Amino acid sequence: MDPLYNRLASAVEEAIHQAETILPPDVEEALHTAYNKETNPTARGEFENIFANLQIAREKNIPICQDTGILVIYLTIPETVPLTTKLYDAVSEGIRRATKSVPLRPNAVHPLTRKNSGDNTGAGIPAVHILPGDTLQVTVFPKGAGSENMSQIRMMLPSEISKIPEFVTSVVKDAGSRPCPPIVVGVGIGGTFDSAASFAKEALLSPINSMTSFEQEICDSINQLGIGVMGLGGDTTCLAVKVKEGACHTASLPVAVNIQCWCSRRGVVEVKL
Amino acid sequence: MIRLTTPLGDEVLDLRAGDRVLLSGTIYTARDEAHLKIREKGFPFDPKGAVIYHCGPVIDEAQNKVVAAGPTTSARMNNLTKFMLDAGIRGLIGKGGMSAKVREELRGRAVYFAFTGGCAALAASCMELAGCHYSELGMAEGIWEIILTDLPVVVGIDAHGGDLFER
Repeated sequence: MDPLYNRLASAVEEAIHQAETILPPDVEEALHTAYNKETNPTARGEFENIFANLQIAREKNIPICQDTGILVIYLTIPETVPLTTKLYDAVSEGIRRATKSVPLRPNAVHPLTRKNSGDNTGAGIPAVHILPGDTLQVTVFPKGAGSENMSQIRMMLPSEISKIPEFVTSVVKDAGSRPCPPIVVGVGIGGTFDSAASFAKEALLSPINSMTSFEQEICDSINQLGIGVMGLGGDTTCLAVKVKEGACHTASLPVAVNIQCWCSRRGVVEVKL
Repeated sequence: MIRLTTPLGDEVLDLRAGDRVLLSGTIYTARDEAHLKIREKGFPFDPKGAVIYHCGPVIDEAQNKVVAAGPTTSARMNNLTKFMLDAGIRGLIGKGGMSAKVREELRGRAVYFAFTGGCAALAASCMELAGCHYSELGMAEGIWEIILTDLPVVVGIDAHGGDLFER
C-alpha cells in the first residue's frame, strides 16, 4: 500500500480506537451536568454505573459498549489528495485492522441472508462522506443499533413548521427505554428525503455543550416525558438536541430524527501528508 | 444496597422495584437464539434458582476472558420467557424492561433486574468466564456461563407487579 494510504488506514484505526474507548469531553460533561441535577435515586444510580464504566474503559483500554456499532466515516481532503478508490480502500483497511486490534464486535451482515462479513465492512459500507478541506482529516462516528433503530423521517407539510417539536418529541416517546437514554437527538430539517437524514446524522457530530433556543425548546419538551436514564424514570431523558438545516423545495418540509444513545462516541485524527 | 448470590430462592419475593442490588454468583447469558434452543433441546444447566442475562458479549477466547458484556434489549425475549420461569428461573437481567405479560408471569416467583445499557466495561470487570453451552450459536448468541462478583443492578420489575418501566 502507498505510504499515504497506509497512513490513512492507520489514522482510521486510531480514530476508531479513540472513539470506542474514550467519550468526547463535551458528552462526559453533559452527563455530569445531568447527574448533578438529577433528583430520582434510581436514575442517579444508573449515572454512577455510567461514570464507573467510562473510567474502566479508559483505564483498561477496552470498548465502552459491546455494541461497537456500524462505523460512519467523514473525511476532509485537501487539493493535493486525489479522490480515487484507493482512498475508500484505505478506510476499509483501517476498519479491518481496528476490528482485530480494539477489538470490535463484528456487526456487518448482508441485509437479507444476515451473513456476517466478520470484519465490519461490506457492500456499500462504510459510508464515507467526503468534503474538501485544508487537511486530510478522519472523523469516525460509531453508530450502535439500539438508538439507530429508533430513528424516523417524515415528509411534513410546509404549513406544519410549528409541529416540528411535537414530531421530534413523539419519536423519542415511541422509542422509550430502547435507545439507551439519556439520548442525544439529531434533527435534519429541509433538503430532500435523503439529505434530511444526512443532516440529522451530521448534527450529532457537533459538540453538545450549547444549544440554540429552538434546540433547547425541543430538549425541554422531551425531558417532560419522564422516560429517564435507561427508561427507569427521572429528570433527564435527553442530553441535547442538535439541529442542522438545509434549503428545500417550496412544497416540501422533510424532517429526519436520528437518535443517539448516551454513549455518543466520535474520534478525530489528522493524517500527515 | 442489598447483596444477593445465585442460585436465588424465596429471597427474591422480598425485593421491590427500585431496590439496588449487588448480584454475585453464576449467571447464564441468553439472547433470542439461545431461548429458542433451550425451548427445543432443554437446559444445559440446572434452571432451579438460576439467573439469565440478556447479553451478547465480546469474548476473548484465546485468553478465556469476558472483554465487554453490557445488556441487550430484553423486550425481544417477551414471548420467550414464560417457559424459563416455569422451569424455575428466579431472575432475569437486561435493559429496557419487559411487557405487561412478563410482569404477570414474574408474579410470585421471580424478578427482572435492570443493568445499565452501554456499561459493557463495568460489567466485564465484575465477571469471570466459567464455560460455554450451545457454542454452535456463536459468540453473541451462545450461552456463556459467567461468575459474577457484585454486579450493580436495580430491581426493574418485582414479583408483586411493581414495574419501574411502567408509565
